[in-house]
Amino acid sequence: MSASRATAKAMPPATRRSGGLSRQRRWALWGSYAALAVFVFMFLIPPFYMLITSFKTSAEISEQQTNPWLVHRPTLQNYLDLIQNSNFQHFFINSVKITVCVVAVSMAISVLAAFSLARLRFWGSQLLATGVFLTYLVPDSLLFIPLFQIMGKLGLINNTWGLLLIYPTLAVPFCSWIMIGYFASIPKELDEAALIDGAGWMQVLFKIFIPVAMPGIIAATIFAFTVSWGQFIYPMAYLYRSDQMVLTVGIISDLIRADVFQWGKIMAGSLMAAAPPVIIYAFLMDYYIAGLTAGATKG
Amino acid sequence: MANRSIPATFFREEIAGARAGVIRLLTRRRSTIAFLMCLPLILLIVGLVLYPGLYAIYLSLLNKRMTQFVGLGNFTFLLRRSTFRLVIFQSCLFAITAVFAKAVIGFTLAHLMHNLPAKNQRVWRGLLLIPWVIPLAISTLGWWWLFDPSYSAFNWVLSGVGLPEVAWLGDANWARFCMILVNTWWGTPFFMIMYLAALKSVSEHLYESAAIDGANAWQKMRYITLPMLRNIISITVLFSLIVTFANFDIVRILTNGGPQDQTHIFATYAFQVGIQSGDIPLGASVSLFMLPILAVASFFILRGVTRRSKETI
Repeated sequence: MSASRATAKAMPPATRRSGGLSRQRRWALWGSYAALAVFVFMFLIPPFYMLITSFKTSAEISEQQTNPWLVHRPTLQNYLDLIQNSNFQHFFINSVKITVCVVAVSMAISVLAAFSLARLRFWGSQLLATGVFLTYLVPDSLLFIPLFQIMGKLGLINNTWGLLLIYPTLAVPFCSWIMIGYFASIPKELDEAALIDGAGWMQVLFKIFIPVAMPGIIAATIFAFTVSWGQFIYPMAYLYRSDQMVLTVGIISDLIRADVFQWGKIMAGSLMAAAPPVIIYAFLMDYYIAGLTAGATKG
Repeated sequence: MANRSIPATFFREEIAGARAGVIRLLTRRRSTIAFLMCLPLILLIVGLVLYPGLYAIYLSLLNKRMTQFVGLGNFTFLLRRSTFRLVIFQSCLFAITAVFAKAVIGFTLAHLMHNLPAKNQRVWRGLLLIPWVIPLAISTLGWWWLFDPSYSAFNWVLSGVGLPEVAWLGDANWARFCMILVNTWWGTPFFMIMYLAALKSVSEHLYESAAIDGANAWQKMRYITLPMLRNIISITVLFSLIVTFANFDIVRILTNGGPQDQTHIFATYAFQVGIQSGDIPLGASVSLFMLPILAVASFFILRGVTRRSKETI
């Protein structure tokens, strides 16, 4: 201790300089916290206000004198009404069943294709990999009109199951793309060893690739879940009967009758619809971000 | 590897040069299996993306009742209408401003995050990701309620501090501002996580040696961070440009194109013309106007991605 004090006395300019640096760094750190806090505050205004409104009665919402950012007489009535509302139950069930099926179908298609494109290769597989990436860049709002015609011819308008046909187009390209990346990073020696031991390609896929690339599978599954749960333009264009609707379109079409807006219920319904993705992200965010940013961190 | 009886028979048949022989045998069957595994994907792309895309082009060449071939009639009709010219302007304004705002704010946030000690980053990142996690169609409902003409909570704050109330969605310019605001709010977290991941991959040694050479913060940013992140910045921006151009949810819910069709963008106008008014060919033509920007952006994204993967090899 005394030795360090002695050196400190011996070289005052150096210590002062390093003290200045660390003070500077501490200021930068607190500055970063402060700036981030401001952004978090701004980012959370809409969800916070949705939450506040969902606890209000219609009477309180239409009072113009009181502060709208606070609840004075909190109630859970909006939530209870919606849970008992048969239309809302339909929307939720429809959303869940379509999302589960779409995730399963999309993952099956993309894992098989990614395995084949990352490892097996065939004539034109390079072209196909590029094609998959380009497909990912084709937006839904470009395809919904021709698909409306096609769905009409197939008699799938006004049918929730019709969405099962088209939703995989949203999820599969990107899921395949991340899976190709994860599969390609698995060392070749691993599957060669298994092949020499007599394993088939399917065994290699299920016993080696899928377990090893589990983080990628989780990321791709979350992506497929996110796009099919939140998809808006297709159900908006193809579903008109309320027993066939999914949550994203059901909330607005059912809770807004002519000019009557039941804001408390709309917000309660929105929050219930937002809950599943938010909960999933809360637990699995790291996997998802790792999968999403794999391209950014490479190299 | 699990079933040991198969390899035993296999090796008995090919005693000499077992290893090479097995691999060669498997390679022959390999491309057939590979193709079969890709078949669902190929069917999906061809049947539900490529075919509808070409079908859209075919539809756009027909008249309203789809009985007659009108060539480029729909496109010239659209370009002559001032409403549609406004749609083009509005889409470009919306996409360019929103992407610019998202890129700048996202970059700033990523830098602020990068300053924090690693163990604290998770919580802050989680909080900042919330806008992006809530499905857009649902969070836009919350914004819609915040912009409500008679009960706007923003107006309550404004009148509280003595400012005049704003007709958020009633006035075309304010409505444009609101759309850009909502899009920026939703998309910024995506930019933040992409940039943050890229920042983390830049070697700390570069900054250290720059610091030894006496570089200040601005010089480090200008000569290290930006060149190292150039590729990922351009990929993210171009990708976001496509998504923002093609956006439907925000405009549909907030204004549905109003007041007086002044705030439509391509997707919502195509929806109104094609699905609501039932003029499928005209709607298809509207959405096809997105194709040029899409093609250009895709070309550069693809170039960036391949260049990136070549760098890593």
